[in-house]
Amino acid sequence: MPSLSIHAGGLDLANPVLLAAGILGTTGASLCRAARAGAGGVVTKSVGSTPREGHPGPCIVAVQGGLLNAMGLPNPSYRHFQEEIDAGRSSGVPVIASIFGSSPAEFAQIARALQADAFELNLSCPHAEKYGSELGRYPDMVESVTGAVKAAADVPVWVKLTPNTADILELGLAAQRAGASAVVAINTLKAMAIDIETGYPILGNRFGGLSGPAIKPVAVRSVYDLASQLEIPVIGVGGISSWEDAVEMIMAGAKAVQVGTALQEGYGIFEKIALGLQNYLERKSMTLEDLCGLAWRRQH
Amino acid sequence: MRPINSIIEEVRSEARLIRTFRLDRDLSPRPGQYLMLWIRGVDEIPMSFSGPDCITVQSVGQATEALFEMGAGSSVGLRGPLGNGFTLKGDKILLIGGGVGSAPLAFLGERARASGLAVTSLLGFRSKEDIIFQERFEALGEVIITTDDGSYGIAGRASAGLKEFSLFDYDQIYLCGPEMMMWDVISRTREHATKTQACINRYFKCAAGICGSCCLDPDGTRVCLEGPVITADRLLESEFGRYRRGPTGEKGPCRG
Repeated sequence: MPSLSIHAGGLDLANPVLLAAGILGTTGASLCRAARAGAGGVVTKSVGSTPREGHPGPCIVAVQGGLLNAMGLPNPSYRHFQEEIDAGRSSGVPVIASIFGSSPAEFAQIARALQADAFELNLSCPHAEKYGSELGRYPDMVESVTGAVKAAADVPVWVKLTPNTADILELGLAAQRAGASAVVAINTLKAMAIDIETGYPILGNRFGGLSGPAIKPVAVRSVYDLASQLEIPVIGVGGISSWEDAVEMIMAGAKAVQVGTALQEGYGIFEKIALGLQNYLERKSMTLEDLCGLAWRRQH
Repeated sequence: MRPINSIIEEVRSEARLIRTFRLDRDLSPRPGQYLMLWIRGVDEIPMSFSGPDCITVQSVGQATEALFEMGAGSSVGLRGPLGNGFTLKGDKILLIGGGVGSAPLAFLGERARASGLAVTSLLGFRSKEDIIFQERFEALGEVIITTDDGSYGIAGRASAGLKEFSLFDYDQIYLCGPEMMMWDVISRTREHATKTQACINRYFKCAAGICGSCCLDPDGTRVCLEGPVITADRLLESEFGRYRRGPTGEKGPCRG
C-alpha cells in the first residue's frame, strides 16, 4: 500500500488527516480518542491567557451545508491546560496546541509556558472580540505575532488564517516572512442566522463562523492561492468530510488536511478518509507528493 | 437543525422553585433524552423531558429564572430530542431519583408500566416541601421516600432507603439526581453496576457532540451525544463523582 506518512510543517505525521482546532480538543481524553481513531495529529481547543466561559447559547446552529458556531473561545487558560496536552501526547501522535491572544506579547507568554509538539496560532476565529481575525486580518499583525511566538518557542509554529479578508495570500506571506513552519487555511467564514419567528439572531453572540461542506470551495481556492505562492507548507481545512474532499484539497496544494465539522458523523471519519486516500493513491499509482498541488500543474 | 418555535401551553408549580412547562408539541422523546431550550435573548440550556411534551425545571440560574418569568402563551426555541435516553430491560425495575432528577424517571416509569413492567421507586428529597410527582410514582407501584431533614419518610439521603430493597430482585435500576447522590448510590451498589443506568449531567455547550466541553475522563465519552444515560460500571471507572469540568473546561468539584 502507498505510504501516507509525511513530514509537514516541522512534524512527522503517520498520515495527513488531522483533528482541527476547536473540535473535541478540550480534554486530553478526547484528543487521545481522536488519535486512537486514526488521526495523524491533533490540534487542541484554543487556549488563552485567562479562563473564559465563552458566549451564551445557542452556540451552534445547523444550517444548510454546514454548522454555524459561536463558542466564544471557552478555555481554562494555559495555566490549567498543560495536563490536557500531556494526556493527549500520551497517545503517541503529535499534539499541536492552538493558542490565542490579543497581542504578540500575550501569544508569546502562552507559547513560553506550554510544552507541545507545535503551536497553531489562532489568528482567525471570527467571533471573539479583540482576538482571532480581529488581529489576523492585518498582515503586519500576523507577522509580529508569528515572530513573537517564533522567538518564544522552540517547536514549529503554524499560523491559522482567516478567509474573512480580501486577500488571504497577503496573510500567508506575512506568516512566512516571520518564520512560520506552515499556514493552516481556512478558519470559519463569518456568518449569521436569524430566527424568523421572532427576529432574534439565533446565536447567543448574534454572529459566528460557518464551517462544513458549504465552505469547502472557499477553502480549496484559498489553499490553491496560498500553496502556489508560498515556500512553506499549507495545511488544508474547511468542509472536508470524505476522502474525495481530502484528495481535492491535496490537489489544491495542501500537505495535510484537518477535519472538524465532519466529526459530527463520529470518530470513524479519520480512518475512512485515510483508507480512501490510500486506495486512491494505489489505484492511480501515485504518491502523496505526486498529488500535492496537481491542480497547479494542469494548465490549458 | 434550527431551533423549532414552541408555545408554552401550561405552567404548573410542583414544589418550591420547581415548575413543569407543557409545550405545544410532542417531540417523541425517549425518557432520559433532553432538549436544548432556547430562552431568546438569554441562553440555551439542556432540559430532560418529564413527559412526551413537558419539561420540569428547577430554578438555579439566570436562564431558568428567565424561564420562570414566562407563562402560558410565551414562546421558546427547541432543539431535540437529543442524547441516548434510557433503555427498558427486564420485567421488574427500580427507579432511584433525587430531587428534580426524579422527573425523567416518572416519565420512564409510566412508559415501563404501560409496557407491563413492575415498577418500584426510591426517591430522595431535601425536605417534605421539595417532593415532586409523588402521585405519579405511587400510581406505578411501591414508593419509598427519603428526606434529608427527616420531615417525610425515611430520614437521610436516597441511599438511606436502599436497605428497604434487595437489589438482586430487580432486572434493571434507573438512576437520576444530583451527582453526589448518584455517586453515593452507585458506589454502595457496585455489584449491580452493569444493570444500573444513570442519567448524568455535564456542561453541554454545543449539544451536538463536537465541541468537547462535556467529555468524560478517561475515555472521552461525549455525554451530550453518547449519554446522558451511562451505565454505572462505566461511571465507576470515570471521573464521575470525583470532578467535573465547568464552562471554561477547568476541572472543579462535583456538587449536589
